Amino acid sequence: MSDETQTQNPLRDAIDDAIRSNEVILFMKGTPEQPMCGFSARTAAALQALEAPFAAVDILPDPRIRQELSALSNWPTIPQLFVRGELVGGCDIVMEMYESGELAQLLGVEQPAGAPEADAAQAAPLSIENRLS
Amino acid sequence: MATSMATKEELKERIEAGIPGASAEVRGDDGHHFEAVVTAPAFAGLSRIAQHRLVYDVFGGELGGRIHALALQTKAE
Repeated sequence: MSDETQTQNPLRDAIDDAIRSNEVILFMKGTPEQPMCGFSARTAAALQALEAPFAAVDILPDPRIRQELSALSNWPTIPQLFVRGELVGGCDIVMEMYESGELAQLLGVEQPAGAPEADAAQAAPLSIENRLS
Repeated sequence: MATSMATKEELKERIEAGIPGASAEVRGDDGHHFEAVVTAPAFAGLSRIAQHRLVYDVFGGELGGRIHALALQTKAE
């Protein structure tokens, strides 16, 4: 790449900027309304159940987004949740923290009483993702 | 790099070889999606992120590729 020295890495800079300028940001496959992967669906549903406002980035339109994101975060899988510029984790960690109430605490919101609404997303199909990745 | 299907036995072996003192229980039979519970003294005092990274590091670029998904639970003891 001859122009590598000119254009530092605009995509990585844009991702970095998005992480820094959004208090809560989720990188996922698909959108919160139409998640394309069960792991992304569960993670988005947990945030929605907490009624925590969050920015969401769909990484599917361009494979370079995922490449640059993982290089930046040193985290191989999607989804990735960042809060105040720090990587919190992927689906497993977010769900564990959601269930324990740590996620609500981190986000400064009330843990909803009763059954976690994120349960609804548990049955989200994983098979869609196989075709897309 | 071998492109053969991953197995739970392979994952267990590699996690236990890659992290000192670790014991791993791995489930998953479709060759792509796995669930692992990993217990290792090396996790003590580490954040969840750091614990999961230690396991991810065992597989490097294979995660998200040959190993499509690895659901993880880590414990220090």
